[in-house]
Amino acid sequence: MSTADNIVLRAKDIVKTYGGTRALKGVNFDVHRGKVTTLFGENGAGKSTLMKILSGVETPTTGAIELEGEVVEFASSVEARERRISIIHQELSLAPNLNVRDNIFMGREIRNAVGIDFAEEERQTRELMTGLEESIDPLTLVADLRLGQQQIVEIARAISIDARILIMDEPTSALSATEVEVLFTVIRDLTSKGVSIVYISHHLEEALEISDYAVVLRDGSITATAPASEIDLEWIVRQMVGENFDLGSPPSGYDFGDVALSIENVSVADVENPERSIVDGLSLDVRAGEIVCIYGLMGAGRTELLEAVAGRVRITGGRVLKNGKDISRLSLAQRIANGLALVPEDRQRDGLVQTMSVGTNLSLASIGTFVRGLFLSSAKEKGLIQDLIRDVHVKTASGEAPIGSLSGGNQQKVVIGKMLATNPDVILLDEPSRGIDVGAKAEVFRLLAERAAAGLAVVYSTSEVNECLSIAHRIVVMSRGRISAEFTSDISKEEIMAASGEAVVA
Amino acid sequence: MTTSTARQRFRPTIFANGFSLGTLLLQGRAFFALIAIIVFFSILSPNYFTVSNILTMSSHVAVYALLSIGMLLVILNGGIDLSVGSTLGLSGIVAGALMSGVPLHAFGVTLYPSVWVIVILSCGVGALIGFVNGVLVSRFKVAPFVATLGMLYVVRGIALLMTNGLTYNNLGGDPAVGNTGFDWLGFDRIINIPIGVLVMIAVAIVASVLLNRSVFGRWLYASGGNERAAELSGVPVKRVKVRVYVISGVCAAIAGLILASELTSASPTAGTSYELTAIAAVVIGGASLAGGRGNVRGTLLGAFVIGFLSDGLVIIGVSAYWQTVFTGAVIVLAVLLNAVQYKNRKKAPKAAVPTTSSPLDSAPADVAPVPEKIAG
Repeated sequence: MSTADNIVLRAKDIVKTYGGTRALKGVNFDVHRGKVTTLFGENGAGKSTLMKILSGVETPTTGAIELEGEVVEFASSVEARERRISIIHQELSLAPNLNVRDNIFMGREIRNAVGIDFAEEERQTRELMTGLEESIDPLTLVADLRLGQQQIVEIARAISIDARILIMDEPTSALSATEVEVLFTVIRDLTSKGVSIVYISHHLEEALEISDYAVVLRDGSITATAPASEIDLEWIVRQMVGENFDLGSPPSGYDFGDVALSIENVSVADVENPERSIVDGLSLDVRAGEIVCIYGLMGAGRTELLEAVAGRVRITGGRVLKNGKDISRLSLAQRIANGLALVPEDRQRDGLVQTMSVGTNLSLASIGTFVRGLFLSSAKEKGLIQDLIRDVHVKTASGEAPIGSLSGGNQQKVVIGKMLATNPDVILLDEPSRGIDVGAKAEVFRLLAERAAAGLAVVYSTSEVNECLSIAHRIVVMSRGRISAEFTSDISKEEIMAASGEAVVA
Repeated sequence: MTTSTARQRFRPTIFANGFSLGTLLLQGRAFFALIAIIVFFSILSPNYFTVSNILTMSSHVAVYALLSIGMLLVILNGGIDLSVGSTLGLSGIVAGALMSGVPLHAFGVTLYPSVWVIVILSCGVGALIGFVNGVLVSRFKVAPFVATLGMLYVVRGIALLMTNGLTYNNLGGDPAVGNTGFDWLGFDRIINIPIGVLVMIAVAIVASVLLNRSVFGRWLYASGGNERAAELSGVPVKRVKVRVYVISGVCAAIAGLILASELTSASPTAGTSYELTAIAAVVIGGASLAGGRGNVRGTLLGAFVIGFLSDGLVIIGVSAYWQTVFTGAVIVLAVLLNAVQYKNRKKAPKAAVPTTSSPLDSAPADVAPVPEKIAG
């Protein structure tokens, strides 16, 4: 059914590598003319990478893009825009210090004899807003709009260039149900005018509603393609998650110890809206040797919970006990000294010091332990670094190699190794598998399983349902700051996803 | 020397596999610039490359170098200290004031502290100024540029207030009250080397050991390289920050004492704009203004480059106006070369690990950021 005529844009054998990581492994992707082609896939599957390549933000390592049968190369998103390909990024790319009108016409201002034709720009902005059924004044500062309205402005900007291909990367993440309805009306209107839409959303149901074609991406490869009329949600989930991938199983053959970490009724205020609690009176006990997985969507409060327990953010209610001792008032450094370690979510921003070597990153958290007199004992430090490199299987030329020379997975092992070197009894890991390849994921989980068997209490968070069913003894589903369900490891993926409010699979 | 040797060993890999002349010149640029300056002026003037002139120039350099070493620590932390010139001035004034006696009206006597007490108190004043800077920056989150700019004015103002704008000329001391000996810092020599230069060497060694062999040094490199990561690793980043400014203040105070002793007078305007020279020396020495990279050796070389260049220009009779132009050109060139060096080095990590704009990292945003939405 996809004759050449119906394909407006075609990606052929696209490969994209970042350092040692292959984000896309030879992807073929067709955009159907005047239809909505939806791309499904888990985090890190490569969806956003593919969209960035189609819209000229990134260039593929190898492979070609054909627009209307003609091979094109976009050096920048501006070039893609000139070919009438427009993208709505999942992160908003608006200038908050400018008003709505100026944002919509940023970089392509309408000129007249004396400069910018503000009146014309304003008129067109009003027209766009009317089309989107929004009553946003063109002269409002973007900073004064709420998130959903900002997303509308982003959409308006993408529509305003008269695109023939419109890429929407999570356009509805901040929209209300009514706004989503309006957006869908706009999308149908656009497709009826011949505009081709590429749509990405994590709300599977919602995405399926608007799709004409579904394409599933897993680990950088396309696993399935089908017209939307022939498939259902269950099919999508199955294709996304994959059937037979083994990320390990819960370590067994030993009894759990005493309760090592006890989270009692903990609340954390939302930074942006202090009235609201992002973690809302949550309680959880973790025993020595036990592995607990916290599953939940972005915004469910997982990161805030772990950071509050680790002492990074202040708790507004409840308390945290470690081995029965209240540690709620201790600083982050004191909690580390007490045997509670956090491996943060964002490796680059919070985990590594990019200016230092692999070795000095590894020893950073435990450096206080090898002081001899006033000075560091470099022999002791070298020994520790060698041991860590071996224990956590870091693939590196030497301890003196720059940290940036490692692949994402090995960098993650360095961050984990660094915190393990503080000899914790409890380790919290926020999305430890984020942005690392499958092999490295399995290694990280194996490492955690080993340590748990030796008595370490492990809590890790994830937004990938596959990972809940790997090494965790217990799966806690978090939604809106609370625990919405608790499972043992013999539960199905669909049940976990349903409890998170992600997709209700019949 | 773990950190700096590790850095050195890996420099070549960022350019090509191997060792090229370009790499060598880029890495050792401060050193080669210094050699070039010495050769150039030696050819133009027979008096330039003599032991006595080198020592004289070195004692000029010592004042800048002391400021620069303190500044290096602040810059490694990712900050900047604009108040060091004023601190240098105030330190001399405090010494001058103590030298001329502290009248205790209640007892009707005037107290003449001995020179060692004066030195310690002056350094204490420097430490106090640094402490205020550190607290402003770490606890009250004032931008380092603004906090230390404010202190630049406040401290200079205090120095002018203390003397009504006048200069203390009596730093020689009075044998009758037993406070002589201050000129030792500026005039005496040990094995023919000026005390100022020896103090500089001693401070440089202490700073170097501190940076490379102590926990504090490692914490400083870590918090300058990535403060969030350092904090999450249990590094007391605020304490490190306060200490760095305190050390910078003490270094400036020592420099002020040496300068006052050399001149046997303390002027409240001494050290005006020296903070900029110190920053220039640190930058010429290869440190990154973004923090986390740099070392004492480079900074010392940077101070020597500036000092030997400006003294050389004086010796061959170039006008003071041209000296300013040349010094400025050297600084700009140094910053350009820094940019070349760090740009090359950045590429590798960037490619290996995408930043926020790249797909692997932005992964979690694939999931809906607002939970309310999903319920529908």
